[in-house]
Amino acid sequence: MRSKMKAILLVLASIMIMAGCSSNTANNGGSAAPASNEPAAAENGGAASTDEKVELTFYYPVAVGGPLTQIIEQMAADFTKENPNITVKPVYTGSYDDTMIKTQASVQGKTPPDVAVLLSTELYTLLDMDAIVPLDDMIAADGGDEYINDFYPGFMANSQTGGQTWGIPFQRSTIVLYYNKEAFKAAGLDPEKAPQTWDELADYAKKLTKDGQWGLEIPTTGFQYWMFQTFALQNGKNLMSDDGKQVFFNTPENVEALTFWRDLSAVHKAMPEGSIEWATVPSDFIEGKTAMMYHTTGNLTNVKNNAQFDFGVSILPASKQHGTPTGGGNFYIFKGTSEAKQQAAWKFIKFMTEPERMAQWSIDTGYVAPRESAYETEKMKAYTAEFPQALVARDQLQYASAELSTHNNGKVVKAFNDSLQSVLTGGADPAAALQKAQEEADKVLAPFNK
Amino acid sequence: MKTARRNKLKMNAFAWMLLFPSLIFLILFTFYPVAGALKTSFYMADLSTPQPIYIGLDNYKGMMEDDVFWKVFTNNIWFAVGTVPTSILLALLMAVFANKIVRAKGLVRTAFFYPTLIPMIAIGNIWLFIYTPGYGMLSRFLANFGVGDINWLGTQSLVMIAMIIMVVWKEAGYFMLFYLAGLQNISQEMYESAEVDGVPKWKVFWRITFPLLMPTTLFVSIIALTNSFKLVDHLWIMTKGGPDNASNLLLYYVYEMAFKFWDQGMASALTTVMIALLLLIAAIQFFGLDRKIHYR
Repeated sequence: MRSKMKAILLVLASIMIMAGCSSNTANNGGSAAPASNEPAAAENGGAASTDEKVELTFYYPVAVGGPLTQIIEQMAADFTKENPNITVKPVYTGSYDDTMIKTQASVQGKTPPDVAVLLSTELYTLLDMDAIVPLDDMIAADGGDEYINDFYPGFMANSQTGGQTWGIPFQRSTIVLYYNKEAFKAAGLDPEKAPQTWDELADYAKKLTKDGQWGLEIPTTGFQYWMFQTFALQNGKNLMSDDGKQVFFNTPENVEALTFWRDLSAVHKAMPEGSIEWATVPSDFIEGKTAMMYHTTGNLTNVKNNAQFDFGVSILPASKQHGTPTGGGNFYIFKGTSEAKQQAAWKFIKFMTEPERMAQWSIDTGYVAPRESAYETEKMKAYTAEFPQALVARDQLQYASAELSTHNNGKVVKAFNDSLQSVLTGGADPAAALQKAQEEADKVLAPFNK
Repeated sequence: MKTARRNKLKMNAFAWMLLFPSLIFLILFTFYPVAGALKTSFYMADLSTPQPIYIGLDNYKGMMEDDVFWKVFTNNIWFAVGTVPTSILLALLMAVFANKIVRAKGLVRTAFFYPTLIPMIAIGNIWLFIYTPGYGMLSRFLANFGVGDINWLGTQSLVMIAMIIMVVWKEAGYFMLFYLAGLQNISQEMYESAEVDGVPKWKVFWRITFPLLMPTTLFVSIIALTNSFKLVDHLWIMTKGGPDNASNLLLYYVYEMAFKFWDQGMASALTTVMIALLLLIAAIQFFGLDRKIHYR
C-alpha cells in the first residue's frame, strides 16, 4: 500500500513539474509577444500609434573576414538613436546558408524575422515560401524613383521579378581578376596591362606558370556555377530566363566556354588539376602560389591587407563581350508581421542604405557599394584616390548581369555544379555534362512551367 | 492465483512508472519524429507545393531514378567497407599493445584515445590543413621524397580514401577503449594454463583472446557500422560532398535535400530508407551473429 502511494506521488510530482513547465512557457509566450498587443493599443487612440514602440528582429550573415558583427550592431544602435521608437535587434545568424535555414524555420514556425539580409539568389525560394512582401508601395511612399534608380541596374536584376521589387541591394559583389604585378614583371609581361581576351588569358597564364607558381586559379568548389557564369556571359547569354523558370545550360556557346575553362588546366597546364578550393584561392594568391586569380571583390580588403607585393585588379577578360554575374546579399521584408513593423523595417533599410553608410561598409569589407551616390561621398573619393583598385568592380557593373537564380534554386544549382565538377575534375565531356545538367534542371523546373 | 496476478500487474505498473520519464523523451525526440518522417515521405512537400499533396510511393520511385542517390548510397557502402574492418582491427591491435606494455601505459593509452575527444568539426579543419596541396603537412612531407603535389580532396578517385584514413584515425581509439575493457575481463588463469601447456602465442590469441572478445567485437562493429552512416560533419568543412559527389554520403544528402533544396518529402523518404537500413544492420548483427558468440 505504501509503495503504491509513493509511486502515485512520484507520478503526480512529475505531472506537476511538466504542468509547471508548460504554464511557464505559456506565460513567456504571452509577455514576449507585444506584437499581438500592438493593434489593440493602436485602436485605443490615434495619437498613441505614432509614439508606439516597435521592436524589429534583423537576421544577418557574415560572409567575409573582419569584425563585421560589431559594425552592424553599431549601425543598429545609431538607427535607434535617430528613431527612438524603433529598436532593432540584430541577430547574427552564421553563413548565408545558415541564415536561410534559420529564416525558413522561423517562417514555418510563424515567427518570421522582420527584416533580413539573404542572398539575392534566394528571391524565388522566398517567393515560393510566400515569405516576403513586395516593396513597391513603400518605395513609392518613401524614397520614390530618386531612391531606387540610384542603385546600379546590375544589382537590381536579382532584386526584381514579375514587375515588382522584392529586395534592396546591400552587400553586393562581382567577380574580378586579381594579378600579381611582380610575377608579371618576372615573366616579361607588362604589369599595367591585364589580359583582355580569353586568348590573352590562356597565353599569360602559360607564361606565368613555373615551378611553385601557377599561372591562374579559378575556384571550382562552392560557387563554380558563379565562376562559369562569367564565361557564359562573355561568350553568349545568361544561364536563365528573367522569370526564373527556364535555364539554358546546353547551348553551343556554353560548351565552348566550359571547354576553354577545362583546357586551362587539362591542355595549357596553367591551372592546378582537380578541384580548386574556393577558400584557399585567395591564400594561394597572397602566398604567391598563383600569379592570377578569379575571385569576388568581397576579398579585396583581405588581399589588400595581406599581400606583400604590388597587385592589380582588372575587369575580366572578354570573349565576344565583357561580362560578370553579380553576387551577394539583399534586404528583404517579411510577411506575417504588423503593418507598423513593416513600415519600421523599411525605415531601417533606408537608413542602412544611405550613401555615407554604404560607402563606409564598402571600405570596411570590399563589397561594391550598390548606389551610385555612395561613390560621390567625400569618404569614398578619398579612399578610391588612394586605392583605385576599389573602383574596378564598380566599373565592371556596366557589363554585369544577374546571378544564376531560379525557382527550386537549390536543386538546379546542385545539378549544374555537379556537372561542372564532373568536367573539371573527372574528365567528363563538356557537351554531355551540360546536357545532363539541362535535363535535370528541366525536370526540377517542370512544376513551375505548368 | 488472483493475488499473484494482481502482484504482477502491480509490478508492471511500477516498472512502467519508472520508465515513464525517459519514455516521454524517447517518444518526443525519437519515435514521434520517425513517425513524422515516415508520414511526410508519402507527401510531395517542397517549394512548389505549399500545401503537401499525398503522392503515395512517388518519392521512393523518384529516389530509385535519382543518380545522385545511388552514388551516395554506393559511396556510403565503400565508406563502411573502408572504415569498419580497418578501425576495428587497428583498435584490437592497439588494445592488445596498450594492455601489454609496462612502461608509459597512461601515455600510450591517452595518445591512442585522444583523437576521439576532438569534435568532428575540428578534425575536419585539422585534416583539411593536412590534405591541402601546396602548404598542407602531407604535401610538404611527401615533397621530401620527390612526390609532387597531390590534390587529395580535389581528385575524385582519392577523396574517399582520404576521408576513410581520417575517420579510421578518429574512430580506432574509441573502439580500443571497449577492447581494453574486454581484455581486462578475461581471466588470467586461462593464459597461465595455456602457458603451462606451452601453447604458442598466436594460438593463444586466436583460441582464447579473440573468441572471448567476440561480444565486444559485435558491439563495436555495430557502433562502427552505424557511425559510418552517421559521421558526416567533416563533409561540411572539407568537401561539401564534392567533387561531383565523389565524397558525398547518405546523411549529408538528406541534409542537402532538406535544407538546401527544401524538398521535405524526398528528405523524409531518404531518412526512412536510412532508418530502415540501420535497423536491418542492427537486426542482422544481433539475431544472426549473436548465436555464434561465446558468452560466459
